[in-house]
Amino acid sequence: MIAYALIFAYGCFGMALLFCLYRVVFAPGLSDRVLALDTMSINVIALLTLFGIDKGTTMYFEASLLFAMVGFISTVAYAKFVLRGDIIE
Amino acid sequence: MIAEIIVSVLLVAGGFFGLVGSYGLVKLPDPMTRLHAPTKSATLGVGAVLVASLIWFPARYGVLTWHELLITLFLLLTAPVTGYFIAKAHMHMGWSRDELPCPAPGKDWATFADPDEESFVDRKRRDQQGSQPRI
Repeated sequence: MIAYALIFAYGCFGMALLFCLYRVVFAPGLSDRVLALDTMSINVIALLTLFGIDKGTTMYFEASLLFAMVGFISTVAYAKFVLRGDIIE
Repeated sequence: MIAEIIVSVLLVAGGFFGLVGSYGLVKLPDPMTRLHAPTKSATLGVGAVLVASLIWFPARYGVLTWHELLITLFLLLTAPVTGYFIAKAHMHMGWSRDELPCPAPGKDWATFADPDEESFVDRKRRDQQGSQPRI
């Protein structure tokens, strides 16, 4: 049963990544593009966790933790750049 | 068996909410509504998947891992901050002050208001350029 749930979740998050990729390529504004990239990093965290459950290893948690941190920091750096014209003042 | 059912339900719910969050990013009409699909729904989906992993590893392998809890807390803390930052950047880039209603009587939006005090960069620039006031 868990195998089918895993396949369903893989499919859902894969399609979510494709939607985000569409939005990154055909975005009306810059903030939409950055939001789509942030959502992509969130979806990749979910995919890494699913892969860890599938393979039965806890090794992918460090990778997903890194993805969470890098996604957050890059989004904040973008917003800071737009708001203040500089990242580190 | 019970753990397997719980984990399966959480995985299906997580996949559904993650898909809805990213579909909202494509479907919704304008940037401010697009902003709230991923920041709420996708975070809920990823949180459900991480809780499923948190239940699955002790139930199946007998190892208790705290990484998922850490990632869930980190995501739940950072998603609102991210959404707020992008909303502020979007207001700053795309809208002028006259198009928006005031947030409260006698108050202005923080991103459009004049700074309360002179920043370090402004002071340095003023010192370099002599005593010209900032435009």
